Amino acid sequence: MAGWVLSNIVVAVLLGTALGLTLAARRSRMWSDTFRDLWRRRRLAIGVIAFYVVVALLDSVAWVGGVEAGEDTVARYQAQSVLDRLFSDRQERSYSAPLADVEFYDGAPLRHPGTHLLGTDLIGRDVLYLSLKGARVALLIGGLTSLLAIPLALLFGISAGYFGGRIDDFVFFLMSTLASMPGLLLLIALIMVLGKSTLAVCFALAVTGWVGFCRVVRGETFKLRELEYVSAARSLGVSEPSIILRHVLPNLMHLVIITFVLMFSGLVLSEAILSWLGIGVEGSWGQMIDQARDELSRDPIVWWNIAAAGGALFGLILAVNFVGDALRDTLDPRTLRDAE
Amino acid sequence: MSGGGGSPLLRVEGLRSWFPIRRGLLRKTVGHVQAVTNVDLEIPPGSTLALVGESGCGKTTVGRSILRLTPAQSGRVLFDGVDLLSLSRRALIPYRRQLQIVFQDPMASLDPRMRVRDAVAEGMRSFRIGANETERTKRVARLLERVQLDPDQMWRYPHEFSGGQRQRICIARALAVEPRLIICDEAVSALDVSIQAQILNLLGDLQRDLGLAYLFITHDLGVVRYLAQRVAVMYLGQIVEEGSTEEIFESPQHPYTEGLLAAVPSVDPDRRGGMSGVEGDVPSPSDPPSGCHFHTRCPVVFDRCRSEAPPLFRVGASTSRCFRAAPGGG
Repeated sequence: MAGWVLSNIVVAVLLGTALGLTLAARRSRMWSDTFRDLWRRRRLAIGVIAFYVVVALLDSVAWVGGVEAGEDTVARYQAQSVLDRLFSDRQERSYSAPLADVEFYDGAPLRHPGTHLLGTDLIGRDVLYLSLKGARVALLIGGLTSLLAIPLALLFGISAGYFGGRIDDFVFFLMSTLASMPGLLLLIALIMVLGKSTLAVCFALAVTGWVGFCRVVRGETFKLRELEYVSAARSLGVSEPSIILRHVLPNLMHLVIITFVLMFSGLVLSEAILSWLGIGVEGSWGQMIDQARDELSRDPIVWWNIAAAGGALFGLILAVNFVGDALRDTLDPRTLRDAE
Repeated sequence: MSGGGGSPLLRVEGLRSWFPIRRGLLRKTVGHVQAVTNVDLEIPPGSTLALVGESGCGKTTVGRSILRLTPAQSGRVLFDGVDLLSLSRRALIPYRRQLQIVFQDPMASLDPRMRVRDAVAEGMRSFRIGANETERTKRVARLLERVQLDPDQMWRYPHEFSGGQRQRICIARALAVEPRLIICDEAVSALDVSIQAQILNLLGDLQRDLGLAYLFITHDLGVVRYLAQRVAVMYLGQIVEEGSTEEIFESPQHPYTEGLLAAVPSVDPDRRGGMSGVEGDVPSPSDPPSGCHFHTRCPVVFDRCRSEAPPLFRVGASTSRCFRAAPGGG
């Protein structure tokens, strides 16, 4: 299956899931209260995140054909996303400063003077377009890695905390082993072995990233297991899997949400570091920053590339952290304002 | 079935729950927390046995071991003549329906993420009581009425209720599976005195109407008197005295029982003066004292108590684990 078909399907699935979750959350008092509270406190940050999400979705819906590609013959036969189409045929020959009319070095006139809001890069690509394209990569890295790491952490954490004994010993051994290796070296080694693809980077980040959350889940499950409503359920003849699904997991959900949001920004930043080391994901902000290293030593310096990538990265991370912080305030029982 | 000669509903024989203390790399067992040692109990159908003792004496472990929420090392728990401890997990499930438990902490005993209706219906679901969810909802409404709560509140979450109301919900949840015995583990200890009285009255009414038997675990002798037919006093994992409520209150045989009774606050001004509870703290159950476990705190201790462990002596209709009660006076 072509990549773009899969991408379209994923978008459809994501939109469906989001709709379903929203409907489910509206029915639960706790979740609808949480989101109302969150919206009241972090309107701007939520708006910023929504903007990134919309851009990423626009870059994920793609189809072949119907492009006025001009000289770019490749674009006619490749699937082009909505974002690609919005920025189609914007190619210049080399660097140009933001909103410039001429090329940066030789002063030759641009094909589209004054329209490149953030300038163009070495091979004449529109920097605004590249920065917007980075949103999809960033969300993909954060989302996919969390999707791998959080279930892994829940699986190991709950079984260790709930069943204890040998299972706990095993999980603890696994966590200690992973924790005793330098994270960056492990990441590099894993990516070297798996090859340099988006999935490989996400997998490597998930392998190194699940331990912290697993520890939290294990401890929390340990606490929940001893609570009297679990004992009561057991004496009511409820089976162990049902107890985990009905009593343990729902009472861990707030931790999952908090961790997801806080982990997300960390993962996007980690990818930037990996890109800087040359093993990141194609098209990420990290890669743009990495490429901009040489440009900083030029005279006069080409600053708009690194500024755009850094700004886009910074905006997303800041917004996500703001929301994560507010979410923790609302959901974490230890910082709860009234009894829930 | 009634009276002293009938076969008991629940009979506990030689129950022992010791928790291993493991240390070191190889998890070697270096000792045991001797939570419960050789406990015998008997509860006839429709009656109440109070299990009394200080915190940490193992009374909660007895309750949890009977329900197999905590594993027991040895002994038998005969319910209707069937040993619950020897049953497989699967074979135990039908018996789960007959024995229920109400816990001390009404905050921790209800899942905060579960509506009252679902909490009460949980046991019905696992035992397939009621044909469908609509019928279960009706049953939940009846149960809530039974425990004097408004059935319209069943769609609320536990945090919207007060402590006493939550305890009523827990009682309704236990009643939902139509048990014959309810273990009340400090069920009223966390409540205000006025609420305590309401819950105790409710428990009394339920016993009368449904023929329930109770194992009433408490540290408060005051609440025992009006509810229990028999009282067992526990100290450091052992039953030290067992007898009818009247005998325990009127003529306690064991010095520990005497101490507990003296510590009950009294509204009678004549009895206030000579209040002398039990002095000192409970010794560690991982290293119980030699001889009689109580000798370190006993006001009438003598040499034999320090070296020799007293068995349960029969005194009239009660038993006492004290040499003073031995035939010939020790």
